[in-house]
Amino acid sequence: MSVSDQKSPATPSSGVVALLIATRKGAWILKSRDGRCRWELEGPTFLGHIAYHIVLDPRDRRTMLMAARTGHLGPTVFRSTDDGKNWKEASRPPAFRKATEGEVGRVVDHVFWLTPAHPNEPNAWYAGTSPHGLFRSEDGGDTWEPVADFNDHPMRPSWSGDEGPQGTPDGSKLHSILIDPRDPNHMYLGLSGGGFFESTNKGADWKPLNAGCRADFLPDPYPEYGHDPHCVRLHPLAPDILYQQNHCGLYRMDRREGSWVRIGENMPKAVGDIGFPLVMHPRDPKTVWVFPMDGTEVWPRVSPGGNPAAYVTRDSGLTWQRLDRGFPRSQGWFTVKRQAMTSDAHEPVALYFGTTSGEVWASTNEGAEWACLVRHLPEIYAVEAAELE
Amino acid sequence: MKVYIPTPLRSYTKQQGEVDGYGSTVAEMLEDLDRRFPSIRFRMIDEQGGIRQHIRIFVNGEEVKGLDVPLVASDEVHILQALSGG
Repeated sequence: MSVSDQKSPATPSSGVVALLIATRKGAWILKSRDGRCRWELEGPTFLGHIAYHIVLDPRDRRTMLMAARTGHLGPTVFRSTDDGKNWKEASRPPAFRKATEGEVGRVVDHVFWLTPAHPNEPNAWYAGTSPHGLFRSEDGGDTWEPVADFNDHPMRPSWSGDEGPQGTPDGSKLHSILIDPRDPNHMYLGLSGGGFFESTNKGADWKPLNAGCRADFLPDPYPEYGHDPHCVRLHPLAPDILYQQNHCGLYRMDRREGSWVRIGENMPKAVGDIGFPLVMHPRDPKTVWVFPMDGTEVWPRVSPGGNPAAYVTRDSGLTWQRLDRGFPRSQGWFTVKRQAMTSDAHEPVALYFGTTSGEVWASTNEGAEWACLVRHLPEIYAVEAAELE
Repeated sequence: MKVYIPTPLRSYTKQQGEVDGYGSTVAEMLEDLDRRFPSIRFRMIDEQGGIRQHIRIFVNGEEVKGLDVPLVASDEVHILQALSGG
């Protein structure tokens, strides 16, 4: 199906643009009712809770889910059906199955990622957890069941690697759950420290999809799995086109060809092609924004040289342009996490991101100029743009 | 029995710091709490039946490490959060 055959699923309403801000200390919502000129900050909600991801269901533009926990209590999911005014806890949050006799049971530390399922499956959602786990809800996020064919896949422990005390400092993440808009049975997911995986039968079986992608921290730099995808996006209007911000660079795949092609080689060498977030233009599959970070030596994960900049390609990664007007010219050590950069669907597209130092930045002209909307929030984990009615 | 609830869990108990508990073991007492205060148990006890890392349960002043500890009506149960970090 060609791009022109479909109407964008992200068509904006005439209502409110809302940024759903998940932080280490609670949730905030930043709203604009006047075409993105003035913004009002609402919150905090669940002050002191660790909010990992807040997502509005684009199918009803009413149901909102929040993945949360606190430092002392177990993980859960909160639900709102009135645009975040009131919240109710899930009756059965994501949890692994009870271990059998002699088996070491797995325990969800936190729910990290939320994705609404296919538009033909109203009320269905997927959740990704730390440690690696995939869960599905059929009732708008109230009750969750493990996707056993992933969680108990005989290869899953090998794909996930070591999840014990020697694992990554903040825990392994299952993220980038992507649903093919043409087929609810066709889905993808990313495992930090595991690679990218595909299912063509609604999760009944999974296969690695990492050909062409480097894993230069492993003895074999081109293994079948074990890669570290940071953020993978599928374009809703061209679902065979995937972009990936990986630990080892920026990649693009045409699924019909089945191999990742490194497009980050075309970034300036002094900046590199390491980062966490990746944002797609809602109407142009050739346009992608990234926010490079320093991935040298000990991986500072800050803006290279203290000079923050987004980069955009408008030709599928052949060329990249620097976008830094409005950012600090020096001593700007931004860190932007993988869910903390997003776009809306207006014309022109606006871009938004949150930093771990609690700032929210926006550009209402596709990155040409940036302005700081909010300062002094807690460490920002995720920013999602939503169109409220 | 009396069950003392730490502040992070009082949103489940309508801000009550002390509630009545019922059951012949810690496991039964927690299941009963969950019936009356839905979802409170999973915040304390993981899906494998383990007490979460930063939760402590004391019965009559003695810490318990498992849920099969017997209880009687005169017991006092303290549920505590183990504060850490900054």
